[in-house]
Amino acid sequence: MAHARPKADVVVIGLGWSGSVIAEELARAGLKVVAIERGAWRDTASDFPPSVDTDELRWATRKEILQPPKLETYTFRNNASQQALPVREWSNLTLGYNVGGAGTHWAAASWRFNPFDFQPYSKTIERYGKGQLVPGLQVQDWGITYDELEPFYDRFERIAGTSGQAGVVNGDIIPGGNPFEGSRSRGYPTPPLVPSRWNDIFTEKTTEMGYHPFPVPAGTISRAYVNALGVHMGPCTYCGYCQLFGCGNWSKSSPNACVVPALMRQPTFEVMTETEVLHINKSADGKTATGVSFIGKDGVVGEQPADIVIVAAYQLDNVRLMLLSGIGQPYDPRTKQGVIGRNYSFQTLSYAYLWFENEYLNPFINTGCLAIQIDDFNADNFDHTGLGFIGGAGIQSLSNNGLPIGMAGVLPKQAPAWGKGWKKAFQHSYQNWAMIQGQGTSYAHEAMYFDLDPTYKDNYGRPLMRMTFDYNLNDKRSGEFIRKQCEAIAHAVGGTQVESYNFANDHYTPFRANDSSHTIGGVVMGTDPKTSALNRYQQSWDVHNVFVLGASSFPNNGGFNPTVTLGALALWTAKAIREQYLHNPGPLVQA
Amino acid sequence: MKSKLWLGVLALVLAAGGTALTALYANGNSNADDVADDQVPAADAAAPDPAAITRGAYVAVQGDCAACHTKPGGNAYAGGYGLQTPFGVIYSTNITPERDTGIGTWTERDFFRAVRHGKRQDGALLYPAMPYNAYVKMNDADLHDLWAYIRSLKPVAQAPTPNTLGFPYNIRLAMLGWNLLYFKNAPYVAEPGQPAQWNRGRYLVDGAGHCGACHTPKDALGGDTSAYLQGAELLGGYAPEITGNPHVGVGSWSIEQVAQYLKVGSNHMAVAAGAMGEAVEHSTQYLNGPDLAAIAVYLESLPGSGAQAPAAISANDPAMLRGAHIYETQCMACHNVQGQGIDGMVTGFADNPGIRALSPSNLISTVLKGGRAAVTEGNVTGAGMPSFAWRLDDADIAAVLTYVRNSWGNAAPAVGSPLVSKARAAVHAEPVLDKQR
Repeated sequence: MAHARPKADVVVIGLGWSGSVIAEELARAGLKVVAIERGAWRDTASDFPPSVDTDELRWATRKEILQPPKLETYTFRNNASQQALPVREWSNLTLGYNVGGAGTHWAAASWRFNPFDFQPYSKTIERYGKGQLVPGLQVQDWGITYDELEPFYDRFERIAGTSGQAGVVNGDIIPGGNPFEGSRSRGYPTPPLVPSRWNDIFTEKTTEMGYHPFPVPAGTISRAYVNALGVHMGPCTYCGYCQLFGCGNWSKSSPNACVVPALMRQPTFEVMTETEVLHINKSADGKTATGVSFIGKDGVVGEQPADIVIVAAYQLDNVRLMLLSGIGQPYDPRTKQGVIGRNYSFQTLSYAYLWFENEYLNPFINTGCLAIQIDDFNADNFDHTGLGFIGGAGIQSLSNNGLPIGMAGVLPKQAPAWGKGWKKAFQHSYQNWAMIQGQGTSYAHEAMYFDLDPTYKDNYGRPLMRMTFDYNLNDKRSGEFIRKQCEAIAHAVGGTQVESYNFANDHYTPFRANDSSHTIGGVVMGTDPKTSALNRYQQSWDVHNVFVLGASSFPNNGGFNPTVTLGALALWTAKAIREQYLHNPGPLVQA
Repeated sequence: MKSKLWLGVLALVLAAGGTALTALYANGNSNADDVADDQVPAADAAAPDPAAITRGAYVAVQGDCAACHTKPGGNAYAGGYGLQTPFGVIYSTNITPERDTGIGTWTERDFFRAVRHGKRQDGALLYPAMPYNAYVKMNDADLHDLWAYIRSLKPVAQAPTPNTLGFPYNIRLAMLGWNLLYFKNAPYVAEPGQPAQWNRGRYLVDGAGHCGACHTPKDALGGDTSAYLQGAELLGGYAPEITGNPHVGVGSWSIEQVAQYLKVGSNHMAVAAGAMGEAVEHSTQYLNGPDLAAIAVYLESLPGSGAQAPAAISANDPAMLRGAHIYETQCMACHNVQGQGIDGMVTGFADNPGIRALSPSNLISTVLKGGRAAVTEGNVTGAGMPSFAWRLDDADIAAVLTYVRNSWGNAAPAVGSPLVSKARAAVHAEPVLDKQR
């Protein structure tokens, strides 16, 4: 017999960052909110205390915190002429599988996007003209500006406890911060992290080179903090077990540490864990959603009726749920019509790996995002005239890896692969290796998209998602430009051996080491229902009581990590629901 | 703070043997309850005055009635909570105004007698798991209000669970002897030489708050000793001294720091967990500022045990060296380099009287079983300490506790490994991993 549930005001699919912050906002406003989370309950003291968390084999190698591909995966191909195959091994995409979602195991780089990233089309046309865009590039504005989002960025940082050094406050440039950032209403809630030895070298040399280094804003927070929801956080210990790990010290910004303790006290909130939403149900006329169907861990299906459906799962799952539920027209790359699955973008990574001769970088002292960055080549912070691309990358000295198993593979190309020679090289490399990462923008291309796979099915017989993706010409050009910058810095800082890479020079593969996990778009927000699935409030153009939150909303990726932007957007949408939608349910923007 | 049964079979024998009937009469005299109506059963009475209900709700919070009379996840005040005592499990009763299974047929006087004199409506004696020996200090006005509040509760039909006390503890009449020995049948009398604030504090501590139920040590028959509020073993844990003694009591804390602890469950060094965590969650967090200050003023005025700091164990002692190593690898990530802890989350060890208590029971059981900080409106975090039973053997636990009890301004007797072994069995903690193989 199916589970029958009383109607809720709001059902939230997925209790990660987006789901938890919007659930907290709406439950606090008195709405009856039910969250449905596929993974299990996870709690700092019980699941990731420092005494069990520092286990590289368990978490980083065997990836126990991630959703395993055998449970559900996606299929992949580089272009529409290929047969897509299921991704059966761990890939670069790190789906969360617990209360907290990917927000539990993330590296916690806590960026705001650059103002350009929200208006890449209009700003590009204004400065360079249409000719700057390579053929087939789908560049479009988000329908929201940085300034509109700023108060929500601020609120999210006060929930997350973010550590950093402001660069621009109310239009004034602050020394030591990022002079290219959008103006902030105030500084970060906690001061920046203590830099690593590698960070210090990078700061010194890039300053000499005329660049503007600043500490990467971090969710591995620098000191104890009581957040905007009254939840206490602890100071980061720089333990080095960060990305792919839960945090045992309540010092990594996460739904578990920052939101869930407050959320669980809301009397009108409840969560069903280990329960998976199968699809969103629509009314007979198809104009509204009536709730969701789910399957519990007992294998029994049920229905959760609700007035508002918030889709807040991982980006891939958001796109797939929309396709499986028949909400919005699927994108067809031949006709360029349709919006669900459109505007898929990723991240264009470039690297310089370098080795010093006689350094003691002590890389075991790190956090997931302990870095100094320059934004001199990010967004539209430099003149792109004649370069043939838009965007760029944040270039950073990242101290995020000192784990012994992982570092065993980080040796110069010519190092012996085994025996005494390998040991000696490993010892030297461990203290002397450093990485300069160019984390690049990515813009969608008309040939790259998501749809439902015609062949492969999940455990319940439903089609898997199919990803069709490869780097486009803009990616290749920007990646190459950034690779050169990374390489030049690597030499300038004194690297005696330097290897540099532009990932976009090769075909994309989900299995590349050190690749980004930032998978973006597919259900994007925008100004035009023909090119976006959602309006500026992340509300479906087609079914007005469906809101879709997460990186799936981004029409393009910035040269940053996406989390804080998706968190700010969730708060922005929560406010729109509270203050507009509840009073007058219907489209918040007329199509 | 769950009251426990303080009872011995000898009580009845002693009482019968050596006591005059007059004493028995005075001890059982409940004339003080005659101020209450004895005509109208709860279920039939007119709706109580809303102002009295509000005041009564606050009295119920002071007495922490819900802690025992509401079982986790159960209906409010419908009983069924099992109190573990050394003599068996005593289940709390349904005190909603329901006729068949609750106290719907009780009059106000029946209620007064139960609360202040430990007598049921039918005259049978209550076990002192119900802390009537403290509640007897509660005044008539508070009891009237509490009755109004209890009558306002939603009636719930839920039959009481039978107790599992074995013979002879299942003989309620035995309480006659116990009462004679331990029940001081006297109302609260203000100390004329003390300010009103002090008297209010004492009224709350000794009356509704029944702090002594846990914090005053008991003798073999479960009665209070004279070591008033000077710390007591408590079913595998330890309710520390809460007098003004600066070494092991709260004398080194300011009034504000004591009040903050009771209000939000933590202060600059201490974090309430376990039994006290429950007391904070259910009761003290809801007390108003003046009442919390009054409690703090009164507690700090008590000279207490006079316990003095011994000489700290040398840092070069082998147990201290071993303990320092364990502290660094297992504890420091949260409790910090110099034992500072983290405000509102993680207990600070430095100069913390709770860490120096003569009995290390609390520390041992926390290391073995872990703990969860009180969750309050003032601090929703609910930080937790994991269990280390699987990871540290008895000698390691003894060493690290000896270390924290003798570092950063602390000095206290060493913790012996046999004590940890005993506790590991008593609290049913899992064996260390090496021994699980």
